[in-house]
Amino acid sequence: MTVGASTAQRVPDGSHQSLHRKASRGSILADRAATVALWGTGVFVLLLLGAIIAHFAIAAVGVVSPGFVLDDPSDTVLGGILPILWNSIYILALTMLIAVPIGILGGIYMAEYASDNALTNAIRFAEESISSVPSIVVGLFGLILFVDTFHMGFTALGGSLALTMFNLPLMTRLAEQALRAVPQEERSASLALGATKWQTIRHVVVPLAIPGLVTAVILTAGRVFGEAAVLLFTSGTGTPAHYDFSFINFNAPSWAMTSPWSPFRPATTLSVYIWKLNSEGLGAFKNQIVDGSAAILIAMVLTFNLGARLIGRVLTRRLTAA
Amino acid sequence: MNSGDNMLATGTQSEPVLRAIDVAVATARDEIASESNPIKIDAGHVSISYGEKVAVRDVSLQVQACSILALIGPSGSGKSTFLRCFNRMNDLIPGASVKGTVSLEGENIMDPDVSVVELRRRVGMVFQRPNPFPMSIFENVAYGPRRRGMKDRRKLEELVETSLKRAALWDEVKDDLRRKSGLALSGGQQQRLCIARVLATDPEVILMDEPASALDPVSTLRIEELMRELRKAYTIVIVTHNMQQAARVSDVTAFFTMAEDRAGYLVETGPTGRIFTRPTERLTEDYISGRFG
Repeated sequence: MTVGASTAQRVPDGSHQSLHRKASRGSILADRAATVALWGTGVFVLLLLGAIIAHFAIAAVGVVSPGFVLDDPSDTVLGGILPILWNSIYILALTMLIAVPIGILGGIYMAEYASDNALTNAIRFAEESISSVPSIVVGLFGLILFVDTFHMGFTALGGSLALTMFNLPLMTRLAEQALRAVPQEERSASLALGATKWQTIRHVVVPLAIPGLVTAVILTAGRVFGEAAVLLFTSGTGTPAHYDFSFINFNAPSWAMTSPWSPFRPATTLSVYIWKLNSEGLGAFKNQIVDGSAAILIAMVLTFNLGARLIGRVLTRRLTAA
Repeated sequence: MNSGDNMLATGTQSEPVLRAIDVAVATARDEIASESNPIKIDAGHVSISYGEKVAVRDVSLQVQACSILALIGPSGSGKSTFLRCFNRMNDLIPGASVKGTVSLEGENIMDPDVSVVELRRRVGMVFQRPNPFPMSIFENVAYGPRRRGMKDRRKLEELVETSLKRAALWDEVKDDLRRKSGLALSGGQQQRLCIARVLATDPEVILMDEPASALDPVSTLRIEELMRELRKAYTIVIVTHNMQQAARVSDVTAFFTMAEDRAGYLVETGPTGRIFTRPTERLTEDYISGRFG
């Protein structure tokens, strides 16, 4: 207000006054436009997510029921997707079991120990490059390495290892970023109190990085849920049509191929199943099964993300308290 | 204490560079200064550089046990950099190199064999911006002892209590030690929490890098009172921009400035009262009278 008044006094002829007004009207317009554009983008993203969820939620009506989740697939009736759902959860767990610890340790090395030199730059370049290699190529590599060279055949383990190759670089990179985001002064405070470097990482840096690490896990897991191309060639498109969850006899000859707990069985995941049904399926309930599977997949992703955030919050509290 | 009087003066906008009363107190302190205490820290020909740039050139000074040394001087004169070589925090800066010797009770801490972990337990540090961990008040104070392997709950509780009491924070926080985060305290309380956190590691020397520059005048005075109290048992080295603060709290003052090539160096050092009334060097006189810096 006072600024405007003083400007008016300094420029009595009025020409600058109008110029000033025009400029400010322009900048106000730009400001409003920016607000609307940014708000609109945010709403658009939300609507997009909402639309996807809504579409499959509606499509799933009449398909998804407790039976759909808990029954085996059938050729004659709608049946269920239990073995396939189980495969998805199994491969996710196996992949995260391998990728998360290695990714976090790698991230700690890159953020806290590695100096900035040609080697670490090469590592970062490799991390980013592998992440953008088309997943079908990674799948092909997995086929050559695990299925053919190691004679493993199509297995859940092979799928998990191929997914790890694909995801570990991303996990490491995101973990590194999460750790780097912890303010330097937190490290200084700890070191100045006579804590060792590892104590500082363990008791200050990692606990403070947990929200970022959880994001890293979620993004990595998201690619596991969604990935079909990598698994097509490694864990295969076939799976036992029925799982006996009590079958934990390691000595039984058929255990490796049929037990739901065995990492050496072929294991179609939901994403691969959707792709396969949609492109090659012939059954009468094909479309319903595809819609239902997609709805379940979305529900799984959402549940996982919310669960990971919850666990992250509990972990932060634990690690910063004791 | 005449803290009420001081508070008024610090709160005033048009404050003089130095107040007569602070200088008088400092001078009186010079006079009653007891026979010299043993030397705690002895720095000899310390030069610190970052890559090509020399930050501190050839500084030699000694710090007596149970006294407060203030490092004053304009920004960029290398006082903080110099302070950080007493607990080897400069080690953390890539490309930093320190020449010369710094001995703590006769032991050269620049020796590559020296354990910096042990050194930092004996030489604690309080930073410019209060930096409590985002943990409970209890866990903040227990952090150092826990890392040293103290597990006994009773002992930890005792140590946390005595440390907080010594840092004059106990009464304000005793009711929610475990519930309240260190970050939920006010700035002045946070800084006292950081002091308590250092005291819990049982140091001999406490380094303070402009510990009150982010605080309001009342909190500043509380920190200063605390420093005078702690001086009885600890050796304190403080970096400060605030000359009144140096005059109020320190026993010895060292004045740093910059050479032509922007390298910091020590101009003179002496009992605080004398430095502020009869400095030997022209540069010091100009600085404390506000003609420069």
